[in-house]
Amino acid sequence: MSLIKVTGLNHRYGERAILENINLSVDRGEVFALIGPTGAGKTTLLRIIDLLEVPSTGEIYFNGKCIPRSGKQRLEIRRRMSFIHQKPQVFNLSVYDNVACGLGWRGEEKNKIARKVDQILEMVGLKGYKNRNARTLSGGEAQRVALARSLVLEPEVLLLDEPTANLDPVSTAKIEQLISYVARQRNTTMIMATHDMSQGQQLADRIGVLLDGRLVQTGNATDIFRSPQNEEVAHFVGMENIIEGVIIANNEGIATVNICGNAIQAVSNYPAGREVYACIRPEDITLALSSTQSSARNSFQAKVTQVTFLGPLSRVEISCGFRLVVLVTKISAEELNLQVGREVYATFKATGVHIMEREISQ
Amino acid sequence: MTEIWHGLTKAIELIISLDPEVMEIAGRSLRISGTACLLASLICLPLGSLIHSHHFRGKRVLINIIQTLFSVPTVIIGLFVFVLFSRAGPLGELGILFTPTAMVIGQMILITPILLGLTISALSGVSKEIVDTATSLGASGFQTVLLVLREARYAVLVAVIMGFGRAISEVGCALMIGGNFKGSTRVLTTATYLETGKGELELAIALGIILLFLALIINIVLNRLQQR
Repeated sequence: MSLIKVTGLNHRYGERAILENINLSVDRGEVFALIGPTGAGKTTLLRIIDLLEVPSTGEIYFNGKCIPRSGKQRLEIRRRMSFIHQKPQVFNLSVYDNVACGLGWRGEEKNKIARKVDQILEMVGLKGYKNRNARTLSGGEAQRVALARSLVLEPEVLLLDEPTANLDPVSTAKIEQLISYVARQRNTTMIMATHDMSQGQQLADRIGVLLDGRLVQTGNATDIFRSPQNEEVAHFVGMENIIEGVIIANNEGIATVNICGNAIQAVSNYPAGREVYACIRPEDITLALSSTQSSARNSFQAKVTQVTFLGPLSRVEISCGFRLVVLVTKISAEELNLQVGREVYATFKATGVHIMEREISQ
Repeated sequence: MTEIWHGLTKAIELIISLDPEVMEIAGRSLRISGTACLLASLICLPLGSLIHSHHFRGKRVLINIIQTLFSVPTVIIGLFVFVLFSRAGPLGELGILFTPTAMVIGQMILITPILLGLTISALSGVSKEIVDTATSLGASGFQTVLLVLREARYAVLVAVIMGFGRAISEVGCALMIGGNFKGSTRVLTTATYLETGKGELELAIALGIILLFLALIINIVLNRLQQR
């Protein structure tokens, strides 16, 4: 049974709709990532789940029980969850008192609090900081205090709002490690908002894409990143090649798609005649100087139109009757001597092409 | 000019020699104003938290009124308390007019607006995110209020000290309600007033210096707190 269930949830601030018809259920022990651009409503959804805000309409169930819109029960249930905010808000107290306060509010004994706080500070690597004022810590340290403050409560549900958004890569790695450690060791249910897709992919069992207040697609990482449901999701998850086409034939699940007069092969069940988008991730296309024989069904002669260096990777735009964006490593870009005007062969598999139906706008 | 100089040296002598009368008056001042400040704090801190943490109609207006009363003339409070406790007044039967108790009550009323107003503004300095964080860590409404007070503790202490400063330096209320009786209700300000009138300048200057010295200490403490 799901531990947290949200049904028919709508939320608006005045006239502005923040969340629209959200239906979501998260199982006990599951790590669920909410991905979406800034302003999509991720924080608001987390706040509503943490019972900090009351939704305009819709219900929230905790462990099968519908949570009332007001009253004491909300505090009781809130005490079984914990929320890590995007910007860590530490109290103007010592690190120890920061971490101890939640236990104090739950009426724990002093000795027990001391033992638990010491344990958790050790775990997050802040043991020597006990008596420091938390306001004097760096961003990464403050976020670890915030994490310790939540983890010490041993919550059944941990809500994380962009837990690493303002941190440097080293601090980010530490926080991510702690999160996955807790998820594994304690089997804590987590709902995590992030705009960092690799983080979602790395930490979560399941991902939900929140765009403009609507939960557009939920599924595992492969579903979301390989088979986005529509153009919006495809754009958001980094599907750079979204090309209009029409299916002209389908032979036992291998569709032939006509794209500007070129035929490409893709795995799809759509019948001939359907208007579609063909989506290809830029890292799924390989470039070579000659047409090599491979199992890949699609190979096109192309001309390089633009090369951009992105650190270890290069983003190459090519034209083969239609425009394609390809990601190659910097080394292979140099080996192939990729320059504007260079003739190359672009190759990709039929399984590397995701076909989605195109809604014809009037 | 020589008179002032003479007075000043005598005054310093009185202070250094810990003159019993001077010390007694200074001690009484501290006691009465300290008690008034403590009692007013016990009322104003919770009340201020209550006003701060609740949204209600007329909140803005209420805060405006409180702020206006920051500068209520001391003689008006003196008059009000005098009428309240005078023999024929509604609380005349208590017979506490011209006692330190009445002075404490008068000063409490006098500094309540300052304490209340500054407490509310101190609490407003605590961000909404802190309140949210406390709530999501499982604090009840009351526990959140306590945490917010603790977060704003330096600013709240500034409010208390400002209240104390106003209480110990006022003269109108102390004179009207206390009566300036030697040995029972004579405090630094009223004594300074009286001795000046009598021409006992050295005693008046000594008392004045002590008052100024107290003001200096209060200022130093305030400065330190505001730097936190």
